[in-house]
Amino acid sequence: MDIFLNLLSVILREGFIYGIMAIGVYITYKVLDFPDLSVDGTFPLGGCASAALITLGVNPIIACVICFGAGALAGLVTGILHVKLKITDLLSGILVMTALYSVNMLVTSKKAVLSIFNMNTIFNTGLGKLLYDIFGQWGWVIMAAIVCIIVKILVDIYLSTKSGLLLRGAGSNSLFVTSLGRDPGNMKILGLMLGNGLTALSGAVLTQQKESADVSSGTGMVVMALAAVILGEALFGKVSFIRATTTAVLGMMIYRTGLTVAMQMGLDTIYLKALMSGLFIIALLVGRENKKRQNNSVLRSRL
Amino acid sequence: MDSLDNKKDINIEEKTDKKIGNKINKKTVEFSHIYKTFNPGTVNEQDLFTDFNLSLKEDSFNSVVGSNGSGKTTMLNLLCGSIPIDSGDILIDGKNITKMKEHRRSRFIGRVYQDPAMGTCPGLTILENMSLSDNKERKYTLAPGIDKKRVDYFRDELSLLGMGLEDKLQVKVGTLSGGQRQALSLLIATMSPIKLLILDEHTAALDPKSSELVMDLTQRVISEKHITTIMVTHNLKFAVSYGDRLLMMHRGDVVFEASGEDKNNVSIKDLTDRFDEISIEDGNTL
Ligand SMILES: Nc1ncnc2c1ncn2[C@@H]1O[C@H](COP(=O)(O)OP(=O)(O)O)[C@@H](O)[C@H]1O
Ligand SMILES: [Mg+2]
Repeated sequence: MDIFLNLLSVILREGFIYGIMAIGVYITYKVLDFPDLSVDGTFPLGGCASAALITLGVNPIIACVICFGAGALAGLVTGILHVKLKITDLLSGILVMTALYSVNMLVTSKKAVLSIFNMNTIFNTGLGKLLYDIFGQWGWVIMAAIVCIIVKILVDIYLSTKSGLLLRGAGSNSLFVTSLGRDPGNMKILGLMLGNGLTALSGAVLTQQKESADVSSGTGMVVMALAAVILGEALFGKVSFIRATTTAVLGMMIYRTGLTVAMQMGLDTIYLKALMSGLFIIALLVGRENKKRQNNSVLRSRL
Repeated sequence: MDSLDNKKDINIEEKTDKKIGNKINKKTVEFSHIYKTFNPGTVNEQDLFTDFNLSLKEDSFNSVVGSNGSGKTTMLNLLCGSIPIDSGDILIDGKNITKMKEHRRSRFIGRVYQDPAMGTCPGLTILENMSLSDNKERKYTLAPGIDKKRVDYFRDELSLLGMGLEDKLQVKVGTLSGGQRQALSLLIATMSPIKLLILDEHTAALDPKSSELVMDLTQRVISEKHITTIMVTHNLKFAVSYGDRLLMMHRGDVVFEASGEDKNNVSIKDLTDRFDEISIEDGNTL
């Protein structure tokens, strides 16, 4: 029972933290219809930058905000490569992801792992500390949930503003945005900034919880986040009162559950990434089946 | 009663007379010495427009017909800035817009495409589509995207379409029929003040009944809002019965045109005869 509760708390905690990234990828992949691979670079960027900033003594909350900004900057580059320099969406993402590997090494001063044991994080100071003192490891779950829910609410609010509507319009029919006298390319860039900002924030929060950042922690993040978004939509998309941002987080929870169960059943970690790809393919197929049933004509043939 | 009605009529006539008097020579659109070659320097090189000239008078309703590939869509694309021009100038209201970007031109040009999916956002609701377009003149800020005070206005506008869309504000546009989407596209394209309305075979993808409906609606909107209009159509009946000027294009040129009284006398048979002539000419030159 203890083991079970322990596992549950890990799944929930990580589900909420990676869920922030899922919300970001929901924006790029679902709202903008942009398969953004730079996520594999912006996730560790957030983690590394957050560890580096905390080492420098920066307040952990401010570190989170800066990491969001750093991710947004990376998204800006992806956007400019695609929109202004007309490089394909997939390639733009790969270029930024690759370049970010160097950036991340610079950020960690060439260390593959940067640990911040016993330094201040949002989990061991202020509210995080209070929650931990009362609830133990469930305090971390609550803290992760708070950050994730704040992000979700802010994103929901943004998507209902004029600017947010225009962003959704750009993803749905960029010609329509043009007809409104606005440049759909700029909206794409804005969405990529938002998506990558949230991804970096997710990496930053994870690093603060684990108290260490890993330069190579980005591998497979795109696959994981996309799977979560697709899975969430396939399973909960039809429930009208659940918003898409929520389904992305729920999708992540289910995905993490699958991974954790597999590991508990004794799967060697070297098979982890293969399993992630496998889960993604299943999610994609489930999503496609669902779409067919809704007789939606446009299939995402690109992924 | 009678005398009152008469008075009204006279007033309207005076007004329109004045209007025509003022605007008779005003041009909304001028194409001047347009050149456009596709795939230059390849085996597929095609000189579509060589010294193409055309002007459209203010408040005129121009119907354009012509065989496939005669350059109708390309002309509209050049006008909207969707594709680059090789040389020549395009003027709107006397102002040279040749170098202006497509999305900038959209601020005074409304366009309805052949594909009903192109004029609206399928993933957004009717209300969201209308709210977005209602904001065209203003900035897209962090203010709430839907202005509750405008909902009644949207409902009124929608009810004019007579399609029951006013009760479907929360429905995603992607689930509407082609005719409904095209009617909505037209409404949206003309919601904010524009100088020019472009219709590119906007009824071609619809069944006969919806296409009549949308054409009716088009006529109503244009005469209500006094917008200079250019309508490309494959439907010769529409070309003959709507609009005050008729143009026939062939190989990047206007080969036949009629306006005013002359246009009223043009029959569908006249047009098909012209088409036949052209294809025979084509056969001879080949
Ligand atoms: N983007 C393009 N690239 C190459 N050729 C084009 C392009 N657009 C149109 N054309 C060619 O120009 C000609 C005119 O096309 P279009 O303007 O679409 O004709 P219409 O609308 O009158 O049927 C056609 O022969 C077409 O193949
Ligand atoms: Mg055409």
